[in-house]
Amino acid sequence: MAATFFGEVVKAPCRAGTEDEEEEEEAGRRETPEDREVRRQLARKREVRLLRRQTKTSLEVSLLEKYPCSKFIIAIGNNAVAFLSSFVMNSGVWEEVGCAKLWNEWCRTVDTAHLSPSEAFCVFYHLKSNPLVFVCQCSCYVAEDQQYQWLEKVFGSCPRRNMQITILTCRHVTDYKTSESTGSLPSPFLKALKTQNCKDTACCSLLEQPNIVHGLPAAVLSYCQVWKIPAILYLCYTDVMKLDLITVEAFKPILSSRSLKGLAKNIPQGTEVLKKLMTTNEIQSNIYT
Amino acid sequence: MFVPCGDWVPDLTGFTLLMPAVSVGNVGQLAIDLIISTLNMRKIGYFYTDCLVPMVGNNPYATAEDNSTELSTNAEVYSLPARKLVALQLRSIFIKYKSKSFCEKLLSWVQSSGCAKVIVLSSSHSYQRNDLQLRSTPFRYLLTPSVHKRIQNKIESLNWQEMEKSPCIPQMDDSEFCVRVPGGGITKTLYDESCSKEIQMAILLKFVSEGDNIPDALGLVEYLNEWLQIIKPCLQSDDPTTPALPWKIPSSWRLLFGSGLPPALF
Repeated sequence: MAATFFGEVVKAPCRAGTEDEEEEEEAGRRETPEDREVRRQLARKREVRLLRRQTKTSLEVSLLEKYPCSKFIIAIGNNAVAFLSSFVMNSGVWEEVGCAKLWNEWCRTVDTAHLSPSEAFCVFYHLKSNPLVFVCQCSCYVAEDQQYQWLEKVFGSCPRRNMQITILTCRHVTDYKTSESTGSLPSPFLKALKTQNCKDTACCSLLEQPNIVHGLPAAVLSYCQVWKIPAILYLCYTDVMKLDLITVEAFKPILSSRSLKGLAKNIPQGTEVLKKLMTTNEIQSNIYT
Repeated sequence: MFVPCGDWVPDLTGFTLLMPAVSVGNVGQLAIDLIISTLNMRKIGYFYTDCLVPMVGNNPYATAEDNSTELSTNAEVYSLPARKLVALQLRSIFIKYKSKSFCEKLLSWVQSSGCAKVIVLSSSHSYQRNDLQLRSTPFRYLLTPSVHKRIQNKIESLNWQEMEKSPCIPQMDDSEFCVRVPGGGITKTLYDESCSKEIQMAILLKFVSEGDNIPDALGLVEYLNEWLQIIKPCLQSDDPTTPALPWKIPSSWRLLFGSGLPPALF
């Protein structure tokens, strides 16, 4: 409890998140069969499902159990997705192999068969000329309770060490802890984190302590660290979280890295594709539409 | 589940497991950080679970450039075989409705790994203290009934204060009394489960408020040290600012309260 200057006594938030647990404990004691059924239905609604949009069928096994993979590039967030679309997926033919359907308070995707480009989505592709190369475009928010399910549906229960994972994502620059003021940082800038088994050199400096990463990128990197899979996360700290040309271009140094080398064939064309993407997005981002 | 760093599972038979409860002020976690950092414990594995919010970062105990790039996750296990100590560090909060499942998985691992006893470092809301607790030491302990008589005697000889029982339903006058640890996270669940599974568990906690909890963490490790004698007091120096015990603050404790301030503010 804390007292304010106005003489009220308010409940001070607890960093350790223990109030929720106490409420859960109380709720657990009072729970009726109806409460349990509601909870079960909500859990079912929040389940992550992988399906093939072409056939409208669910994948019976995890994605990487069905398809062998040597290289997997995962873009999480709209800027990372735009980067991959413009610079990697603009060359070669990419075939969609699956799509993750999930529902949460932020990502209310209901009908994945007819997604509009502006809607949040999570789609998996492989390169037709080299089907061992996979890309994931994930612009929807995957909630905390769904991240492990996502991992299970994509990676399965038998982790494979003979693949290289690259994760691209963005964070707001105010999340970056430094002894200087974050206002003086030259954003956007790239930082990297890699697993023990990743022997590649990062094309930017590593993320210093006490900075941490959470969310789906952290879930994927943790999985790779624990199961000894070589993986590298490139994190772009930016002050513009919506789709932004300068932020997307900040990922460009990665094009010369081992993970993406050979995949980005036409960089000037990529820049044109990116500019077109920006224009399309600007037309749609209108509070009246 | 426990996943070793190497190719084999280390033998933890007879070891003492030190672990935090994610509790008010994160005091238990800060205390475990101090222990791992001071004793230079080596990472032996991960506790891979879907019960904790995922997070990653570089080595929080880095002392030099060459050891700063080892990736750390949200639940890791460290050991000091010379002292038969193993420490589990938890770095994030529980996913909703998953805390009980975590306790079950954790205790199942404790039993299968052959750990002799578990010591949980925790904390409780200081504003929930009754009048007697307000006037006494802020440290408390709890032991499960199966704790060895030798340990019970040792604790008694230290003149420690056992955690008092309080009304199960605080608002009711004729409520039964039970052990409650408000703000203690999974402390109570761990205690109850350990009682029923006959696991030797000791809980050491401090009454704290949210804020700068580093002094609370130092207090809690010194409380633990009275019993376990993890580190010996260094020789008294003339300088009164020298801490009594040489606890090593981890490098990741920098910037606990955020980045630097913009000079333009002033």
